[in-house]
Amino acid sequence: MNESIFLDIRVPNETGYLRLLGKIGEYLAQSLESYPGDREELAYHINLVLTEAMANAIQHAANLEKSTELHVTIRVKNRRLTIKVYDQGQGFSLCDLPEPPPSCLAEHGRGIFIIRSLMDRVSYRKYDGGHVLEMEKTLF
Amino acid sequence: MLATIESRDAITLIQIQEERLDAHNSADLKGQMLALFEEGKKNMVVDLQGVRFVDSSGLGALVSGFKNASARNGNLKLCGLQPQVQSMFELTRLHRVFEIFPDAGQALNSFLE
Repeated sequence: MNESIFLDIRVPNETGYLRLLGKIGEYLAQSLESYPGDREELAYHINLVLTEAMANAIQHAANLEKSTELHVTIRVKNRRLTIKVYDQGQGFSLCDLPEPPPSCLAEHGRGIFIIRSLMDRVSYRKYDGGHVLEMEKTLF
Repeated sequence: MLATIESRDAITLIQIQEERLDAHNSADLKGQMLALFEEGKKNMVVDLQGVRFVDSSGLGALVSGFKNASARNGNLKLCGLQPQVQSMFELTRLHRVFEIFPDAGQALNSFLE
């Protein structure tokens, strides 16, 4: 796999753009012709983790007075897929979130669990006045 | 949220007409189901045949409906899950919570047994 791709995307901070960004991730995964696994499954998973991470960023920016934009970067390099989703909210602690799925009848709290289940490495840290959720998956 | 809602006997069938059930439209589904519960409905089938993508918000809306139905001594059952959607239920272990059927006919009949 020799693909080297970098996408830098900024859209309004609205849930109406989840579909667009998810589709972009899906098309990107489908285009990775040298990926040895199931590309359709990878495409679904990338769509899903992008959707979860962006919905999370939108939710955490919901109380900000100024309107904000959603900033996402997607990089494929050295057989590694890295997605970064930036938010301008108060942030949260990954350590406070449950490792196993939340209790079956919980209505919230599955998003980060899904991301952790589908990606190899997940981190969340402060960045430039906000935070960045970084998700990485090795593609071989 | 595009969904068709019809009643068959005492069971309400909700057919989701959206390709995605996500953070953009899941609150609409939750609201539509809540309105039905407030009308006195308590047994529902949600047909997900047309849904090819569901995120945690969509799953949360369905759990909300299930809890509302259970609180009224009713049930909310699912049908028509596409493979990737089914995999999300398995990943989050929600396939152990819901009764899931291949199609609406079987889900509706299960209330009559």
